[in-house]
Parts: sequence; structure tokens; C-alpha cells
Amino acid sequence: MSTIAATIAGRAKAAAATRSALSRGGVLALVLAALWGLWEGYRWLWIATGWGWPFAVDDITMPHLHAIVAQLFEPSRTGGPLLISVLFHSAVFTAKEAVVGFAVGASVGFLLGVAISQFRVLQRGLMPYVVASQTIPILAIAPMVVVGLGNMQVAGWTPAPWLRVAVIAAYLTFFPVTVNTIRGLQSADPRALELMHSYAAGRWAVLWKLRVPSAMPYLFSAFKVSATASVVGAIIGEAPSSIPDGLGGAIINFNQYYALAPESLWATNLVAAALGITFFLVALGVERVAVRRAPEHLA
Amino acid sequence: MTATALSRRAQDWLPAALVFAFGLVAWQWLLPDVVHVQRFLLPRFSAVMSTFWIERSSLFAAGWFTFKEALGGFVLGCSTAFIGALVLARWKPLGRAVLPYAIAANAIPIIAFAPITNAWFGLLSPWSKIVISAVLCFFPVLVNTLRGLTSVRPESLELMRSYAASEAQIFRRVRIPTSLPFVFTALKVACVLSMIGAVVGDYFGGSTTALGVQIQSSVALSRYETAWAAILVASILGIALYGSVALAERLVVGWHPSTREHRE
Amino acid sequence: MSDSVVSISGLSKTFAKADITALDDISLEIGQREFVSLIGPSGCGKSTLLRAVGDIVEPTAGSVEVNGKPARRARLDGDYGIVFQAPVLYDWRTVAKNIALPLEMLGWDRARRVARVKEMVELVDLAGFEDHHPWQLSGGMQQRVSIARAFSFSPALLLMDEPFGALDEMTRERLNLELLRLWLETESTVIFVTHSISEAVFLSTRVVVMSARPGRVSAIVPIDLPQPRMAATREEARFFELVTEVREALHAGGADLA
Repeated sequence: MSTIAATIAGRAKAAAATRSALSRGGVLALVLAALWGLWEGYRWLWIATGWGWPFAVDDITMPHLHAIVAQLFEPSRTGGPLLISVLFHSAVFTAKEAVVGFAVGASVGFLLGVAISQFRVLQRGLMPYVVASQTIPILAIAPMVVVGLGNMQVAGWTPAPWLRVAVIAAYLTFFPVTVNTIRGLQSADPRALELMHSYAAGRWAVLWKLRVPSAMPYLFSAFKVSATASVVGAIIGEAPSSIPDGLGGAIINFNQYYALAPESLWATNLVAAALGITFFLVALGVERVAVRRAPEHLA
Repeated sequence: MTATALSRRAQDWLPAALVFAFGLVAWQWLLPDVVHVQRFLLPRFSAVMSTFWIERSSLFAAGWFTFKEALGGFVLGCSTAFIGALVLARWKPLGRAVLPYAIAANAIPIIAFAPITNAWFGLLSPWSKIVISAVLCFFPVLVNTLRGLTSVRPESLELMRSYAASEAQIFRRVRIPTSLPFVFTALKVACVLSMIGAVVGDYFGGSTTALGVQIQSSVALSRYETAWAAILVASILGIALYGSVALAERLVVGWHPSTREHRE
Repeated sequence: MSDSVVSISGLSKTFAKADITALDDISLEIGQREFVSLIGPSGCGKSTLLRAVGDIVEPTAGSVEVNGKPARRARLDGDYGIVFQAPVLYDWRTVAKNIALPLEMLGWDRARRVARVKEMVELVDLAGFEDHHPWQLSGGMQQRVSIARAFSFSPALLLMDEPFGALDEMTRERLNLELLRLWLETESTVIFVTHSISEAVFLSTRVVVMSARPGRVSAIVPIDLPQPRMAATREEARFFELVTEVREALHAGGADLA
């Protein structure tokens, strides 16, 4: 009898899961349709009335959404590959910069966070600057770093363009990770700390067995912010120094032909948006898997 | 203040002051003379400072131009987001449906849309930067305000219900005050984003009086000292804006026991 | 009964989602100036009953009338004062302004509000704390503020949902006495949900004992301890007899479960 009950409960659960997946898909379709309707409705109204505020609407300023999507499947130049395949390669290039930058920035940020939280002197000395760094437009130094590193020569070696851009991505990743690591390491339950103390646990045991697991939710929440920031850093890093292989380069390039083919720039930005959202969703997925176990560690 | 309290304070700030002094020494002498960091990567502190002083009037003119754009975007984006959050909190099913998309939209590299706003409003119009800054501010403020407006404990609502309160009264007396710490957290994020929008938006083209354009053209012309001095101006303005928001927070949410708890 | 403040008849509440019958065919009359405690095991629906009376949850069947009006009408007329287990104070308002909240909602003018708040602050012994914020007060003081807020507009009916459940024994006994004093002075009617048998006996004119799953009234114990009650009342023989009576009624109700 209990097996029957279990089967029924299992079926009900599966049905509920299907229902929620269906309703989620429905909402997604609805949201996309609403966005499409807003875009085309706004376009139509402004063109029909001839309103010039806040800006005049025409095929150049606001192309049809279907025209933007269609542009993806047109050749990027006469006889060339499809735009979507060009943009795909650009996205991969930019993603490489962002991933490398993210990995470096997150590692350095985590280690610095651990170091700062372990030594009072470092905390007093560095924390004010880590916090202050959050208040200034750091992204603005992108051109200096990318151009400056390009002029650099260490034993005849100059960092490749993509590596220079990765430095920007790393830089943007680093700060949220450091701040949240420190916050997370300090968030350990005081009772759990007392318990560790009663076990006569050493500093490193407390750090690895208690503080780092408690910091995980904070760390992954920083990763979500940083994943997005690393993509922004990669695109902006490419733009001012016109590194042509990535999405930032593509944006600069298609910007020059905007009056002729606005759809190409729109399509490129669409791909950039998709790349940013993909990075965020990956970080979100990893967080869901990793942090689900964390509360048990704490218990 | 007693002498011991004073010395304890000095002890608290001593490491930070030392780091600051060391940073200046490193910037001025260690990096260029010992590590041989060249001028195109980071010019000497004194060189940046003297450039900053010599070009101060043009730098601050550019800074003011850009700051107005940032401020305009900040006000426009934050107020739109606040109103949007009120609407979404009022019609909860709508809010629940839209929230995940607002969070995802935050992951879009919005600043990369600067060329498009340039095409909309014209390269030289401040509106192209104002709109980019506004969109950058919009999503974090929308998401945080909505969280704040809906994080009211159920008993609070039951209490208001027992007073036969209308929706408008519940918003005015419970939801909006509850959301304020969340709102200020978002505003602090947004003020930095608005500066980024105005400065970095220029990297895709803009008026020559703008700070971002000056930074980029200085780099292109190998006038690195000017570029760093311009960054200094951007940072000063960024900190000023952040400071004003933090001050406003202290004035408005002073009742809050620990504003720190609500920081993301 | 024409002199009833609360008249509950055939009240049932099922939560369809969880498939739980929280309340099953409850009928109860509560008279003017009564102090009625609802006591029972967890899940007996005593809080749900309180919320149904206050028109916070909608009953599945049956009706609640307060002062001869449907519960909704009574709520819209501002007949209820509510106190929860948590104080539910607004951090951004001072003690005085928290107490004044319902008065503002009822549209009292400023002078009247100030006078009443002053009166209430003295009644709950919080003079000198008017300008403090809730988080600057202890748990017991916070709960006193929320009680003052509930009594401030002299509602026809006070609904209290385990208001002292989170406090320590000493504070609780002191607040019990204060509550009784307030009740006598303001001539109000109270419905009081609690887990504590001695608290129910000490405070009430009647104790309504409920049983769980489905929530039903299993016994009603009239409390004939004389008024005003004092700390010494807890040591009287009659007090212990009544505590025993309520405990036995609870166990008899709980026996249905086994």
C-alpha cells in the first residue's frame, strides 16, 4: 500500500513539475511577446504620429525586430559567412577573455579576502581601499590598461590583445569577490565557532572546516555579479583599443556602418546580451548545485 | 575624547594611513625607478598631479559636463525604477512574473548599447549618455526596491488589515518605509553605475567636452598623465555622488538599527 | 443573545491546499467585558479561530458576528485591536508614533492623538520612552508598546495571539498583571490565545479548551476567581483546582488523538 501511495505521490510530483515547467515556458513566451508588442507598438505609434521626442523613430533608429533577427541569417559581407556565424566566433573570443579574467580575478579576490580576514593589520590597512574602490567608476581605466599593457615589453614579450582585455575582466571580477569573501568568512555562526574552540581546533581547521563553508553562499552571490561584470569588462576592454576579434570590436565596426545597416549593430548587441545572460545563468546554475549542500555543512 | 580613546583611534587608522603613504611612495618612486613600470602603464604620481593642476580647469569643465549627464541618468533611471517597482508590488502576480526577467536583464552588458543611444539622440547630445546611465541604474533599483516592498512580514499586513487600511495606506505606512534600506543599497550601486555610463559611454563616441572622450583621446595621443588626471576627476566625482547618497541614507533611514544588514 | 459582543456559529475552515480541517463547526458566544482564552495543542486551530473572528482569514462555512455586525463590517468599522506574538512594531516610528498608528488611520486629530498616546504610555508604564525606537527596547517593553497600540483606540474587541509566548516567565507574569489592569480599566472584551494553562486561568473569565485535527471546542471552563486578581491569586487553592480542571479537559480532548 505504501508503494502505491509513493507511486501516486511521485506521479503528482512529476505532474506538478511538468505544470510548473509549462507555466514558466508560458510566461517566457508571454514576456517575449510583450516586449515585441511594446517595441513594434512604440515604433508604429511614433512613426504614425511623427513624434520627434525623445527621438525620431524610423527604420534606422528602431529597425523591425524581425529585421534584426533576419539580419543574423544574412551574409556579413558579400560572399562572406552568415552574420550569426561571425558573431558566434566573436562571442567565443570575448567569452574566452571573460572566462580567463573571471578565473584569475576570482582566485586572486578569494585569496586576498582570506588573507584580509585572517590578519587584522591587513583588514585595517586594506579594507578602506577595497570599499572605496566600489565607489569609483573603475571600468573607466579600461583604455589605459589595454593600451598601456600593449606597449609593455617583458623580455621581448608583449601580452596578446585578448590577454590584456582579460586583465580588465579580472580586475572587475576581483572586487566583489574580495568583499563578499570577507563578509562570508565573518558570517560563521558564533556558536559554531565556540564549538570549534571547544574542540581546540587550530586557526586553519576553523578556516577550512567552518569559515570557508559558511562563506560559500556569499562567494557564489559575488560570482553572479562578477560573471556579468567580466563580460562587460571584456567588451569594454576591446572597444577603445579596437581589438577586432571580439564582440566589442564588432560593435565598434558595425557602429561605423549604422546608417547603412543598423540591424547588424542591433544583432551584435543582441548576441552580447545573450552572452551576458548566459554567463549569469551559468553562475546561477553552479550556485544552485554548490550552495544546496552548504547549509548541511553548517548544521 | 580621552587620550586612550584617541590613541586607539590612531591605532585603527594607522595601517590604512601607512598603506596610503606606501602607495604614494610606490607610485612615485618604486614602480617607475625600481620595478621599471613605464610611463604608458602608470605615470609618476607627481607627473599626474602636476598635469592635474595645469589642466584643472579643462578637466573639471569636462568632469562637470559628464557629471551632469550621470546625475540626469541617475535621477531618471532611479525614479522610473521606483515607480515601476511600486506598480509591480501592487499587482503581485505581475511582479512575480517579471522579477526573474529584471534580474536577468541586469546581466546584459547595457553599456555596450551606447552606440545605439548615440544613433538615437546624436553623438553630441547629452541625452545619449543620460539614457544609457538611466538604463544602467534602472534594473538594480527595480529589483532591490521590489524586494524591499515585498519583504514586509505578514503580521504587519494583518495589522494594517485589521485597521481596514487601503492599499495606498499600506504602501505609504508600511511597504515604502520597509523598502527604504533596500532602496538606498540600490541607489549606492546605481550612482557608481551612472558615472560608469556617462564616462564609458563616451568610449563609443561623444562630445569632445566630455570626460570619457578626453580620457580616450589622451590615451590615443600618448598623453597618459592627462588620462590618469581625468580618471582622478571621475573618481572624485564618483566619490562625491556616492557620499551624497550615503549621507541621504543616514538622514532618511537613520531610524534603522543596522543599515549594514541590508547591504548586498 | 443580544448582549454578545462576539457570536460565532457553525464556523468551519479547511485549507484545501494542505487538505487540513483547521476548524470544524465551532459555535461560541462571548459577552460584553469577557476575557476568553483559547487553549489547545498546536494545530488545534486556535490562531485560525482568532483570525477568522478578526476577518483576517475567510471561514469556509459558518458566520462570525461582532456587535451584531458581520466580521468584515466590524473590521472596516475599526472594532478590532490585535496583538501578535511578535510585537510587529515599525522600526521607523518612535514608541509614541507606533502607538498613534491606529489613531492616524482612524483620522483622529493631532491634539486628541497626543493626549491619548500620553495616557497609554503611562498605562503601560513606558513614560520616558516615547521617543525611543522599538529596537532600543527590550522584548517585554516592545510587547507593551504593541499592547498599548491595540488598546489605544478602545476597540470593541481585542484579539491577542500568544502575545507573551516569546517572553521569559518573569516578564510574562508582570505583563499578565498589567494586561488585567488595562482590561479592567478600559472595560474591553478580549479573546486571548495561549499555550500556557496557568496564564489562561489567571487571566480569563472563561477558558475555551480546543482539540486538534479537526479543531473543535472540547470544553469550556468558567473561571470564578475574584477580581481584581493579583500575584497572590496564583497561590490560591482555587487557582490550582482550576488549573487542574483545564489540564484534564486538555488531556480529555487530546485523548481523541491517540
